[in-house]
Amino acid sequence: MAVSVDEAVSTGPARDHPPPARRLGGRSRSVLEVALLTVLAVVMLFPVLWMIETSIKENRDVYAVPAEFFGFTVTMDHFKDVFVGPDGGRSALSVAFLNSILVAGASTVLATVLGVPAAWAYSRFAVKAKKDQLFFILSTRFMPPVVVVIPIFLMYRQVGLIDTKLGLILIYAAYNLPFTIWMMKGFVDEVPAEYEDAAMLDGYTRLQAFRRFTLPLLVPGIAATAVFALIFSWNEFVFAIFLTSSDSVRTAPPAIAGLIGGTTVDWGLVAAASVVFALPVLVFAYLVRKHLIAGVTLGAVRR
Amino acid sequence: MGTVAAHGLCKSFGKVQALDGVTLDVPDGSFFVVLGPSGAGKTTTLRAIAGLEKLDAGSVHLDGRDATGDAPATRDLAMVFQNYALYPRHTVYENIASPLRARRCSSREIAAAVERMSSLLHIERLLQRRPAQLSGGEMQRVALARALVRRPRAFLMDEPLTNLDLKLRVEMRTELTRIHRSLGATVVYVTNDQVEALSMADQVAVLKEGKVQQVGTPTEVYERPANRWVAGFVGSPPISLLACHAEGDRLVGAQGWTLPRPRWTTAQGGRALLLGLRAEDLSVEQCGDASLSGELYGLEPLGDRTVVDVLVGTEILKVKARPTVTGRPGERLSVAVDLDRAHLFDADTGLSLSGAGR
Repeated sequence: MAVSVDEAVSTGPARDHPPPARRLGGRSRSVLEVALLTVLAVVMLFPVLWMIETSIKENRDVYAVPAEFFGFTVTMDHFKDVFVGPDGGRSALSVAFLNSILVAGASTVLATVLGVPAAWAYSRFAVKAKKDQLFFILSTRFMPPVVVVIPIFLMYRQVGLIDTKLGLILIYAAYNLPFTIWMMKGFVDEVPAEYEDAAMLDGYTRLQAFRRFTLPLLVPGIAATAVFALIFSWNEFVFAIFLTSSDSVRTAPPAIAGLIGGTTVDWGLVAAASVVFALPVLVFAYLVRKHLIAGVTLGAVRR
Repeated sequence: MGTVAAHGLCKSFGKVQALDGVTLDVPDGSFFVVLGPSGAGKTTTLRAIAGLEKLDAGSVHLDGRDATGDAPATRDLAMVFQNYALYPRHTVYENIASPLRARRCSSREIAAAVERMSSLLHIERLLQRRPAQLSGGEMQRVALARALVRRPRAFLMDEPLTNLDLKLRVEMRTELTRIHRSLGATVVYVTNDQVEALSMADQVAVLKEGKVQQVGTPTEVYERPANRWVAGFVGSPPISLLACHAEGDRLVGAQGWTLPRPRWTTAQGGRALLLGLRAEDLSVEQCGDASLSGELYGLEPLGDRTVVDVLVGTEILKVKARPTVTGRPGERLSVAVDLDRAHLFDADTGLSLSGAGR
């Protein structure tokens, strides 16, 4: 007689005995779990909540002691100040946001356009000393940006890339390329090479075979990889603050940091700018969350 | 249609020598089977012919023209892959149309060709599905249709029936033979299944560890194996090999038996030999002038026949018998040997000593 798993598990003598107490049992465990998760969530999210609150408080409420969590007057003035300058024109911060969008977008596109074919080549072809090459590529990520920023500053000054958006785009693309190659190689490895073999016998060239039959299968992987690259470029601070100085070139992270440091700090403006800065990444990550998980769990799931 | 000639193919993957001087000549219009166990280099041979594998040495000639360095697309070959390699994003229709699209045929031509192929292979109702929605047998037909949709120089087939269940495999075997006959196409067919090889092939090349052991018709390979390895690989149940040596006009077994020395052999006295006996050339049911005695070791009833395992000393003889045969393990038996159909091999080199005159 066929017995389903549920029947097999829920009947029988074992039912009367509790399972070995490996973990805290049943309900009490879930209460503890929820409690711990709540504490963790508060600790993690408090700065974010505080940032959001500060961004909608009037300046006198920002400095109120004791701090007011509720019952303050809500204002959108800080958000207006983020985009509109004191003279009524475009603010420096809004220019910085546009720069950020351009630099992060262009560097991501560049890294992807270069990285995907490279990953394909490393995955498909017999390259001499392939492992050494791949390790070398990865090793460029081992050092933090601040280690290389001085030599790059000097080089950029020589070739006139200092304080240009192109300079930032190039350095971000270079910094994202190893990551793109490694992550994409994993995705390409998962696509059977036989599709390309079959396409070549059908009469397509190697590149046509890649473009028509492999590339469409890589789209989720490319999306996941590009999001990671985009987030890096969007958040990058060290290169940006060393390699750019003028308001027309600067990206958002150094521009926001630049708000702090005068005799008085307009915390409301800093908080509002930070909220505006955080939103795109949050929204974008939410939209492609499925691909992100596919990227993070790469190789763990059999597809 | 055309000829395929591979000469001295060598290919190594790291330390593994996959192909070690493989030479094949496939005549126009023949069904040429490359037979060998897994790891023998069969698939690599096929991929080398297709241009998917860069060779260390050797050449590939198609229709007499050197095509060694040519890109796969320009070789005008069609291939059926072992795992079918159907494009997962494309419908069955688009999969079959792919070789024609690559050649920029008009959509009217394509529609006609796909229709012709799908009716030939009975897959008309699958055309709008995607590969993931097909069963193994259906995928196999689609892969075949994609190869057959145009008329290339030759078809390369890499174990196309391996992933099918037995019934379907037998069916498709007949179908493939039929298609081959009707098209008169050159086919290079790779398999590890000797039944496929013997039943479908015009010519068989037996491959082992990257070396061609023997090329011949299925009958030649079965009846006159070039060496003990081919003898052991081709045939089911496998041939029984008994250690012996020649003494005057007798063969003396290492297990103490003696048989008359066959007239046809070129074997010299004193050398270590192996006597190869196929199950159908042995009998436990009738007596002959040449016989071996042993004891019953076991019975393998196979429905249409029973294979009787007979222990001769410490060596086992596999004997084909009628399905009605009975016996108890340990029972003494006499096995009649048809020496005219026996094989002798040099025990050291493994080469056949049966002589060409047979």
